[in-house]
Amino acid sequence: MAVAITKAPRMSRARRHELFYGLLFASPWLVGFVLWTIFPVLSSLYYSFTRYDLLQPPVFIGLTNYTNLLTDDDFFLVIQNTLWWVILSSPIGVASAFLMAVLLNTKIFARSAFRAIFFFPSIVPVIVVSSVWAFVLNIQYGAINATLRALELQTIPFLSSPEYAKPTLLLIHTWMQGGAMVIFLATLQDVPRELYDAATIDGAGSWNRFWSITIPMCSPVILFNMVMAFIGGFQNFALPWLLTQGGPNRSTEFFSIYLYRNAFQYLRMGKASALAWIMFMVIITFTVILFRSSARWVYYRSE
Amino acid sequence: MGAESISSRQSIELRETNRRTFISRLALIGRYAILIALAASFLLPFYWMASSAMKDDSQVFTVPPRWIPSPAYISNFWNAWQVQNFNQFAFNTIFKYAIPSTIGTVLSSTLVAYSFARLRWPGRDTMFAICLGTLMIPFQVKLVPLFIIFKHLGWINTYLPLVVPSFFADAFFIFMMRQFLRSIPMELSEAARIDGASEFQTLVQVILPLCKPALTVVALFAFLGAWNDYLGPLIYINSEPEWTLALAIQRMGRAMSEVGNKTLAYPYLMAVSTIVTMPILVVFFFAQRSFIEGISLSGVKG
Repeated sequence: MAVAITKAPRMSRARRHELFYGLLFASPWLVGFVLWTIFPVLSSLYYSFTRYDLLQPPVFIGLTNYTNLLTDDDFFLVIQNTLWWVILSSPIGVASAFLMAVLLNTKIFARSAFRAIFFFPSIVPVIVVSSVWAFVLNIQYGAINATLRALELQTIPFLSSPEYAKPTLLLIHTWMQGGAMVIFLATLQDVPRELYDAATIDGAGSWNRFWSITIPMCSPVILFNMVMAFIGGFQNFALPWLLTQGGPNRSTEFFSIYLYRNAFQYLRMGKASALAWIMFMVIITFTVILFRSSARWVYYRSE
Repeated sequence: MGAESISSRQSIELRETNRRTFISRLALIGRYAILIALAASFLLPFYWMASSAMKDDSQVFTVPPRWIPSPAYISNFWNAWQVQNFNQFAFNTIFKYAIPSTIGTVLSSTLVAYSFARLRWPGRDTMFAICLGTLMIPFQVKLVPLFIIFKHLGWINTYLPLVVPSFFADAFFIFMMRQFLRSIPMELSEAARIDGASEFQTLVQVILPLCKPALTVVALFAFLGAWNDYLGPLIYINSEPEWTLALAIQRMGRAMSEVGNKTLAYPYLMAVSTIVTMPILVVFFFAQRSFIEGISLSGVKG
């Protein structure tokens, strides 16, 4: 598009100058966009129509990778696990981040210390988070189960039973919502005080003020965080890969893990690319639905 | 009769205000109870990590769990670091990955954000929208083709796949930097232009000195991203001398569950985890404001 404008015959010198410098300064991204985004995305689409094991050149097989998935039981298991994860982890993560922010936004003692503590887990390397939780939740000598055993209570197989593994991962995920919380906190501090004062004069209680001021005023950021959580939820990889490797009994085999296995363990680059494109389409659909629905529940302050 | 009703109304009101203060006091206690419970849930796993790092095996495998190691083996930190060549892994993480990719990110995202925020050119807003749109592309879509590209270039098992793309500006950092750059008054650039400064001089001499906080935030996040990265090294780095800290820690954990428990496996794993967390804790302590501002800016006022 930029090229077409460059070729346009009549363009004043000043405008050509502006365009030149604009493109010059943006060139790292423009070049990178072609090299590391457009080219890989298009070749991924191409690979998804091929059989490719890295050793032989790719063989075009049309839609076979996609149609094979329709009879692939693993694929449906992975879809189920992933939908469970996305549908629960996104609203729970966003809601807990929001509630923590609301709590921190009240008049409390040592607020910045609490804020730092709540935020900290989200900047710790995922490898540390997973090593520590694997130990804390260990069935025999982890902090929790050893305490339960000392009290002669039933131990909880957090990561070692198919029933508990997904909820446990969800709990750890919720524990790492510091980033979204900080975004909410900044938004809450931007809500004009007069609104609350006016509502209080009109006799609104704190519950009413929360529902009719706080939530509407934060709704654009709730939408933003929901979209980010959905996109991140579909891509969920490191935590389950490190903590459970998809187990036990494949209960935490999520889409990304299945894709990673196909690409780098079974060297099925074609199938992995088809999986990636399915994920891409699902993410776009989900995002569009969220944005469409947002007209009904997001309130935008007029500028 | 009349007086009686007034006094009874007063007593009802009094009871009502008493009830109100009682409830608000209860709410206050409840609020602090929740705050403290949450803070404990965030801190205790880290405490468990650091305290377990100083135990011996008999203190690890015990019921009830021992929260305060005694005796505390501080030497575990040093010994754990020696189990594998962690000096090399730290060197790889910092000098081969984190520092080069931070330099690349700061340079490229500043230039690009300057163009999107402060230069006027036809097609700019469309390009910026496309730039933001790339944030929606899941990394999995690019995973396979990028691996194939880097394999053809002979870059597998080097840090080039992790460092080179950072010199081509990432949408997230462009966005963050643009938010800062837009807040600097345009009049400053106009004045520099009238004085005959070129665009590049304007950026370096007028604008950059004003966005040191922004540059700090971008550098901080870029460095942290590399320090914490797990997936990138997992895919591109496979020989042991080239490992990052994250890969080495993962291998320690895996060896423990696969080979069975060697002596001091848990304390050493926790010791190394503690050491890797320490720099983040220190930087966070001193740069908390930058962290919080950076995160808030990436989310609000889009």
